Amino acid sequence: MERKAKAITTQLKGRFHPAGDRCLIVEFGQKIAPDINRAVRSLAAYLLQHPLAGVTDVVPAFATVAIHYRPEAIEGLRAGASPHNLLCEQVQAILIQGLAPQQGDARWVEIPVCYEGEFAPDLAEVATLCKLTHEQVIERHGASPHFVYMLGFAPGFAYIGGLDKRLAVPRRMTPRTRIPAGSVAIADELSAIYPLQTPGGWNVIGRTPLKLFDSTASPPCLLLPGDEVHFVAISMQEFQRMSAMQS
Amino acid sequence: MTIRVIKPGMLTTLQDRGRHGYQHLGVVVGGAMDEWAHRLANITVGNGEEEATLEITLQGPTLEFKEAALIALCGAQLSAHIGEEKVPQHRPVLLRAGSRLETGNCQLGARAYLAVAGGYGIADIMNSKSTYLPGAFGGVEGRALRKDDVLATAESLDNLYPSLQQRLQASAAAFVAPHFAVDSVLHHMARGTQTVRIVEGRHWQQFGPVVQGLMLNSEFSVSLNSDRMGYRLTGPALVAQSETKMISESVAFGTIQVPPDGQPIILMADRQTTGGYPKIASVASVDLPLLAQMQPRQSLRFVLISLQDAQQLYLAREHNIRLVKQAVAQKQKE
Repeated sequence: MERKAKAITTQLKGRFHPAGDRCLIVEFGQKIAPDINRAVRSLAAYLLQHPLAGVTDVVPAFATVAIHYRPEAIEGLRAGASPHNLLCEQVQAILIQGLAPQQGDARWVEIPVCYEGEFAPDLAEVATLCKLTHEQVIERHGASPHFVYMLGFAPGFAYIGGLDKRLAVPRRMTPRTRIPAGSVAIADELSAIYPLQTPGGWNVIGRTPLKLFDSTASPPCLLLPGDEVHFVAISMQEFQRMSAMQS
Repeated sequence: MTIRVIKPGMLTTLQDRGRHGYQHLGVVVGGAMDEWAHRLANITVGNGEEEATLEITLQGPTLEFKEAALIALCGAQLSAHIGEEKVPQHRPVLLRAGSRLETGNCQLGARAYLAVAGGYGIADIMNSKSTYLPGAFGGVEGRALRKDDVLATAESLDNLYPSLQQRLQASAAAFVAPHFAVDSVLHHMARGTQTVRIVEGRHWQQFGPVVQGLMLNSEFSVSLNSDRMGYRLTGPALVAQSETKMISESVAFGTIQVPPDGQPIILMADRQTTGGYPKIASVASVDLPLLAQMQPRQSLRFVLISLQDAQQLYLAREHNIRLVKQAVAQKQKE
């Protein structure tokens, strides 16, 4: 069932994998890396702008694009034909035709973060693990050139790459059962912001007063894949003031 | 027109066919667990298949209809009464104004779907009326029904089933219903161990022949810790031969993930959009309604089929639904 997509005009080479009978996964690599993710975002952006018949959702992740579809609605379906094979052919044609690279048009989003007190329960542990002071952790988190790899896990939950390698710490051995909305956390070489209160295993080092997800807004998410993210340290007073403005 | 909630039942939520087109933003699809029953209920009362229905879980609600209404109750078999009279399922039922519909425990299956002609008057959130409980949005204020909730429904019955309307006027009965019934997954469901068809997942090969054999030759049971997000199964541990570091990616309704403890999880309607565990298999979509009707502690076995077969079975199911729709449309004129 695997087919190798040829790429003539660009570097886009995808491997096709069925993921059940209503989803096709196009894989561009097997690691978390900016160039692989750029290919992912190129195909996803194209498919979201030029929807194929029968496709219900296009979901870019770190290294894959998932194409969810209704098999009965795929174009060109005849008796006995395979919806999966038809969709593979259509996506392969798009990859062969070549896609505009997704760069240069990134949005710049500033995220104010209060790295103090109860907002930062894991800051001390992270500093100890990294052999840095609290101030150095905050400074390096703010200095890193971050960008959004993907959204997943929960509505509006962004996996943000580009963390300073000296801040790379593993996930917590025991996940917390309750991480408040707005918590800014790190794990491995990624940052994330919890849009809703959920359980989670990342190291919480601060909190933003911004609302990351609003089901009634359009788009409902503050961050989108490909966005450049800049974390700016704010005081507790600024946090309170901005929180009051949000509500 | 309005429906008043006298008793809410265990977990009664508004669901439609899901919140599609927002998964790239991390927004969960949700929607009816048993899509087949949900669609048949809508078809029976003349609604579009995407209209919302009430998903009733294990123990049903009591609802009071202020005006006359055309309803259908599909999916799980449960006791349903108006006064002393038993209300039939899987068919249109025309109720008199003021009827109090009492439903009880599911006797076979786990989820029933109540459609009302014209649909429920609830605002869409991201193109869907589905209730997403963890995010507290969709449906009625993002939550399950509560006592004294009042649901608005559409005004007209569109002159469907004119002979039923005449029968109701001519009789003193609380409701009238025809003899025909639409199909249900329960007609194919025995009480014992269920057989669920699966296709190979992304990481099927990595699990190796021993674990593949265990998966296909063992009985699993649906744990009590199962819900609209996922069914946790208990059975032999399925531990992959070679450990691979997984990178999170999109998952689907029916994806079977295996966390490190080896106890598989089948992702259901309220699954997260992405997952990072190895995916051993996927449930064939045609068997998802059966799975949605399984109660905790029920047991199941897996049978492996090809992707080609899974899609042909799915297409055949879609064809059947179209035939039902045509037949019902004819009845609606009579």
